[in-house]
Amino acid sequence: MTLDLFLLQLFTGLALGSIYVLVALGLSLIFGLLTIVNFAHGQFFMLGAYVGAFTLGFTGNFWLSLIVVPIVVGGIGMLCERFLVRPLYGRGIDYPLLLTYGLGLILLELVRIFAGTQGVPFSTPRFLAGAVDLHFFFFPKYRLFLIVATAVILLALWLLLEKTSYGLIIRAGARDQEIVQVLGVDIGRVWLIVFGIGVAIAGVAGVLAAPIRGVFPEMGVPVLVEAFVVTVVGGMGSLLGAVIAGLLVGVTFSFTSFFYPEMATLSMFVLMALVLVFRPRGLFGRAGVLG
Amino acid sequence: MAVKLSRRKLLATAGAAAAMSSFKINVARSQETPIKIGFPVPISGPYGTEANDQIRCAQLAIDWFNQESPRKAELVVRDDKLDPGEAATRTLELIESDKVDFICGSLSASVQLSVNQVASKRGVIYNSISQSDTINEASDFTKYTFHEALNPHMTAGAVARYVFSRAKGKKIAYLIADYAYGHEMQRGFRRVAAEMGMEEVAEVRHPLGTTDYSAFFPRIQAARPDILLVVNFGRDQLNTLKQATDFGLKQQMQIVYPVLLDTQRFAGGFEPFEGVIGGANYYWTLEDQFESAKRLNDAYRAKYPDQGVPTAYGALGFAGVYGILKGVKEAGSTNTDEVIAAMESMKYDAYKGEQYFRKCDHQAVQSVLIIRAKAPSEMRNQWDIFEVLDTQPADEKFLRTCEELGHKA
Amino acid sequence: MVAESTTVGAVRGPLEGVRPAFDLIARHRVLFTILFLVVLPWLAPYKALAVNILIFGLFAMGFNLVYGYAGMLSFGHAALFGLGAYGCGVPIAKFGFPWYVALPLGIIIATTAGVIIGWFATRSRGIYFAMVTLALSQVVYYVVYQSIWLTGGEDGLRGVSVPSISVFGIAELNLLDPTTKYYLILIIVAFALWIFSRILGSPFGAILEGLRENERRAAACGYDVNRTRWFAFILSSVFSGLAGALYAIHLSVVPIETLHYFTSAVVLMMTLLGGMGTFFGPFVGALVYLLLQDVVSVITVHWQLVVGCLFVLLILFFPRGIWGSLMHWLRI
Repeated sequence: MTLDLFLLQLFTGLALGSIYVLVALGLSLIFGLLTIVNFAHGQFFMLGAYVGAFTLGFTGNFWLSLIVVPIVVGGIGMLCERFLVRPLYGRGIDYPLLLTYGLGLILLELVRIFAGTQGVPFSTPRFLAGAVDLHFFFFPKYRLFLIVATAVILLALWLLLEKTSYGLIIRAGARDQEIVQVLGVDIGRVWLIVFGIGVAIAGVAGVLAAPIRGVFPEMGVPVLVEAFVVTVVGGMGSLLGAVIAGLLVGVTFSFTSFFYPEMATLSMFVLMALVLVFRPRGLFGRAGVLG
Repeated sequence: MAVKLSRRKLLATAGAAAAMSSFKINVARSQETPIKIGFPVPISGPYGTEANDQIRCAQLAIDWFNQESPRKAELVVRDDKLDPGEAATRTLELIESDKVDFICGSLSASVQLSVNQVASKRGVIYNSISQSDTINEASDFTKYTFHEALNPHMTAGAVARYVFSRAKGKKIAYLIADYAYGHEMQRGFRRVAAEMGMEEVAEVRHPLGTTDYSAFFPRIQAARPDILLVVNFGRDQLNTLKQATDFGLKQQMQIVYPVLLDTQRFAGGFEPFEGVIGGANYYWTLEDQFESAKRLNDAYRAKYPDQGVPTAYGALGFAGVYGILKGVKEAGSTNTDEVIAAMESMKYDAYKGEQYFRKCDHQAVQSVLIIRAKAPSEMRNQWDIFEVLDTQPADEKFLRTCEELGHKA
Repeated sequence: MVAESTTVGAVRGPLEGVRPAFDLIARHRVLFTILFLVVLPWLAPYKALAVNILIFGLFAMGFNLVYGYAGMLSFGHAALFGLGAYGCGVPIAKFGFPWYVALPLGIIIATTAGVIIGWFATRSRGIYFAMVTLALSQVVYYVVYQSIWLTGGEDGLRGVSVPSISVFGIAELNLLDPTTKYYLILIIVAFALWIFSRILGSPFGAILEGLRENERRAAACGYDVNRTRWFAFILSSVFSGLAGALYAIHLSVVPIETLHYFTSAVVLMMTLLGGMGTFFGPFVGALVYLLLQDVVSVITVHWQLVVGCLFVLLILFFPRGIWGSLMHWLRI
């Protein structure tokens, strides 16, 4: 394996990992604050791709769809949280999990009914098509964009959480809900927004992945399992963990694909099993954040 | 009789009867009971589009038969959800309760093998319309098993012979989905590659359902093949082609598929398919050559004016049911052994010229089309997506021999 | 049999009269379950479906031992079910073993897997427990998938043919006849149900429930929490494995999908639909789920929407499941 091959495989893994990071981030965010395992997360990913495809179809503007998607998907997410998930707080970890599973089924089937089973086309935007000469190898422009876009979203999220007062409330709420409520914050509103943000990020991941993976109803199903693996490896509730684990899983998948391709999908699970054996709470998981 | 009727009453009160109204009750068996053909296909799930076209076309075969026969035939459609366990259960239900006379259908290798197992054990003829090499082999074959669809050996063989003879270089690489369909196609390719002196420089097997193929390309690109033989189906096919286009693979090598899907071409647009060569069992422009193709297309256009033309897999639905009903016609009865004898000896022209079932494995000996995707500027209308480059004729020499499959002479 | 109640809970009169009947049922739950199952083939639209209800009902009950009674959410039960199926199917199809050897073999193989998976999994709690079971069952899936020579791989295992069973050389029972097959399987399932009931009624069953209710207290009372959970997992795999073995014989094929995590999701759904923490619940859940699937998919291709909506409604309003809620109301 030569250096350029190694680097190419590494970059491919980073691009792959970027999608994992975005989806896992949302999942971890929701779990960290709401202690909910969102089993519909993959379907919000899929919704983002569809909303993006339709926006692109209507307006022909890719950047516009990147703005519209988180708003629409986040909005749908907030509606779901308010009316379906909220009633279940306090009932333990299982009920929201199972409710979101049912919700996922409903979302999937609704998309099949309204948008058909075949999927809709989504081509790479013209200015992002083609490859870039990175000296060692040629790399598709769009995947480079993907890595950059993920970094931008991460930065924005970090700024929100660390530098704004709203972020402060979110972080405080994750640490101790009761105190935050005692201090006069409407925790219900915080949950709503966090759930919205979480699924909005997943939606953006969906539209970003659309030129690569296509847009079709079942696209969210494997994503959910991948997101779980990443979140568990990183530690549920840890955002840093989601980022590190996402990239780690992406790179692992990439290198396994090179040496032992049939095992590529399994390698994720093996990684997860290994991590859980040595660090039962994931790489960065916090103690006491479980049911 | 009385027991059956009171059971039906119970069903009615249970409320499930609303859905049961489509199931016929054989209160008195007479010559007027229709000939029932069970049709399990994956209506729900990713291949819903293909399955629905299969149902439409199968119904055309039923209509054709009913026009000329006093005793009517009827299609009993079930959803097998692309799951072999479900398919086995539906087949049991079709045979035990719905009392079907024959079964045709299924869209995946594992599902057809499952249906075959259940149907043949109960002495019901099953005509499979999905690709498989295994169903020809002695371990799965029974006298009740018929295979209308192409098998990977003949499909890959046809495409390989066409592509290798026109190739600029001798180096070939494989990107194969890691399941039966992938392995069997690859085996077919390898046979011809060995015969024609091609050199295999890389082989990558990817997990079924992979969404991102980028991790597999570098290894392939590093090997510098002249031809890349890709074997995957459905959504996987479209994603591979999209991503291969992005990575610039098409500039470096000729991409070849054993089966190019019209449904995926419609879903994904022209760009991913540009420059790719593949195979197919049917393409609608055959109507210029064959009366039977015109008959199928015209009937389809008349009955389903919004749908355009039959897809390749839809046409298989037609041919599968047609084959069974032609056998019934030739035999003059629905007695299983008589129909088997008739199907074994008959020559039939379903939709692309004369075909027949080979005796040892009941494989339909038929032609294979070599196709490429047409650029938008070349398309006469919205359905004109492919060009037929060549046709491998219907001939037993393109199949594996009966001995090789394990059949005693 | 079941009295129609219009306004549940409010009208005491008619319910009072039926209450002794329900107490009777609760006390003799195995008997009444079996009585219901005896009549099932005549109520269900298809006999093949009825057999599936038996098999998945048993599987769901095994799963419920871990989830409803011990409070551990497992995503890996497909491995136990599937290994039971392959463990019984491969000996019959590839080596010509008779069914009465293959069936116990299937159970043994599934239980062995339960011992191993359970040991690793019970070291974690909550969602991590679920993830470990998922990861390990995926490993099983992969290994079986790749062992094409033995299991048929993705094509599935064909040839699990048990056309007839001879009873002590006297009678010959034809398993191709759906009714005979159903009652034969029912005998086995009934026996399993009886054993299951005894386990639940034993001190072990009480410990299990105590663990679910208050783990710290149980530990304080001196019970080895991890060991008990491991034990529950192992027992669960016995029943799940038996269900799998019966599935192989019923279908005469073993699809690779039996090992896929979707099967784990399905059994969870069934248990929840019916109501975990009740004896009869999982059976009701299996029945409702399978009937829905079969019946609804004839009416509309979008049966998953119906199931999803039902699921959501149940979680929101009837978290005890169909049977659990029914039992709960009728006790008020």
